[in-house]
Amino acid sequence: MSTAAAALSTTTIKRTTGHTFTIYLKEAKYEFLKNLRLRVYTASVISFPLMFYVLFGLVLNSREMIGTTSVPTYLIATYGTFGVMGASLFGTASGLAADRGLGWLQVKRASPMPPFAYFIAKVILSMIFSAIVVTLLLILGFTFGRVRMPLAEIARLMATLVAGSLPFSALGLAIGYFAGPQSAPGVINLIYLPMSFCSGLWVPYMFLPKVVRQIALALPPYHLSQLALAVVGAGNHDPAATHWEVLLAFTLICLGVARIGFQRDQGKLYG
Amino acid sequence: MIAIPQEAGTPHGNKDTASANAMNLAPVVASLECVSKNYGEVHALRNVNFSVRAGQVVALLGPNGAGKTTAVKLLLGLMQPTSGKARVFGGDPVNPQNRIRAGAMLQVGRVPETLRVREHIDLFSSYYPKPLLLAEVLAAAGLEKLADRKFGELSGGQRQRTLFALAICGDPDLLFLDEPTVGLDVEARRMLWEEIRRLVDRGKTVLLTTHYLQEADALADRIAVINQGAIIAEGTPTEIKAQTSGKRIRCITALSMASLRQIPGVTAAREDREAVEIHAAEAEPVIRKLLSLDSTLSGLEVTSAGLEEAFLALTQDNGQNASRLKEN
Repeated sequence: MSTAAAALSTTTIKRTTGHTFTIYLKEAKYEFLKNLRLRVYTASVISFPLMFYVLFGLVLNSREMIGTTSVPTYLIATYGTFGVMGASLFGTASGLAADRGLGWLQVKRASPMPPFAYFIAKVILSMIFSAIVVTLLLILGFTFGRVRMPLAEIARLMATLVAGSLPFSALGLAIGYFAGPQSAPGVINLIYLPMSFCSGLWVPYMFLPKVVRQIALALPPYHLSQLALAVVGAGNHDPAATHWEVLLAFTLICLGVARIGFQRDQGKLYG
Repeated sequence: MIAIPQEAGTPHGNKDTASANAMNLAPVVASLECVSKNYGEVHALRNVNFSVRAGQVVALLGPNGAGKTTAVKLLLGLMQPTSGKARVFGGDPVNPQNRIRAGAMLQVGRVPETLRVREHIDLFSSYYPKPLLLAEVLAAAGLEKLADRKFGELSGGQRQRTLFALAICGDPDLLFLDEPTVGLDVEARRMLWEEIRRLVDRGKTVLLTTHYLQEADALADRIAVINQGAIIAEGTPTEIKAQTSGKRIRCITALSMASLRQIPGVTAAREDREAVEIHAAEAEPVIRKLLSLDSTLSGLEVTSAGLEEAFLALTQDNGQNASRLKEN
């Protein structure tokens, strides 16, 4: 075809569903590989929850009981929540803030990439790393903490925690749209660490001061940890639906904020 | 390349003109129409009209901060003009149908460093319906030996070549190259030039920005010189180069255009309303001759040729770059 004819052609090129699926798959695959090779990410996201678990759940209190649940079992649920939070916040926010601030997102946006592929890839990455952290905690608990639970319970715990990655991925996207490339990790830690403490992820909820316990009720990690604890028989007897509703509402609020950031970004560029 | 059979053109005609005419008939594939773009108080572009025709290489030449990158980003739909319209393939640059036919190389501060060259190319190729083969892309960008290298392990020039590979991997009809050869050594620059020429031979259209006149001259069919957000000159490389030095003499004279053009030192002359405008390398000898030939001559004005200021800025800019390199 001559250039002239090619330039005038108006035939629409429609992607097949299969092609679109391939793009999403590749985007997720390379997002995973990219972060897997990123020492900062894997080290902080995986090793912190594991180190805490080994210290407080296996070395120090492994024979203690909290109610009818052994400490090593109890802490899999809470450090699992802690790990999911870290994997999700760092998996979304720091990459997005850097890509936005330093031009890479523009290269992606100028290409024919479906815009959602970029975000979905980050969410999938967060879920995969959440699953990895929970799996490693379970392996440690089973091997060194005499943790025993039936397969169905393991599956439920895993499903709960991996689903719990979504609210924090949403929060991460919101942070990623409002933090600068350099400040993002700091902002994440400023939210992540106090929230973890106040939600009873480090010190079990009932041992927290009363004020903190009241604050916890407003924090999403508290609700996710209660759902995880309920799976291992150490929940607070509130109906699971309440916890899920809080997490859902939190997710929607964060997505709303992220959307404002997304539009503001276009606005700044589109303005 | 172009559908018009230029070889069969006028037997006495010069080939450049025939080719230029053919170029002017090719359809417009990218254009800015009366585009202004403000960032707050800063006027990045002022009422710019600019178009790229199919099969052409067009260079936007100008110093840093002239508005080159803004023009490219508007054509890529990464921002919207404050007023006016940016069009690609006759439509909105944001339209995915148009994006699929375009490739872009932008200046970028950070590229994911832990992915390998081949992985980056694989991902970007997947966005397009008919991408080139990985081997073709690697060869075109001179990256054959670096395919398994992580981006973070590449030198500056190798990084530029990888970004070039991402721009061409989808085999797009229209290619935007924003300062493609910044940071490349002489050899790598020549290689990239060769590659751009090869793309045009295959019927592709290229818009590139540069602050090197030499680069625009080597590659472009047309050059648009941009300074402080406005296009101050547009033409073939030869026309542009002729304007880069010398003086413009304006006067009202009884002399004919033909006789004006015969005065030694005059490079161009044209009528401008009641006056004439003469272009000359040096003003004084031409003025002496003019006054001796026409005693009725009036309204004499001498100004620098239009591009001098812009090119002074270009020169300074290159000088700054050079000194910055020395510091590093």
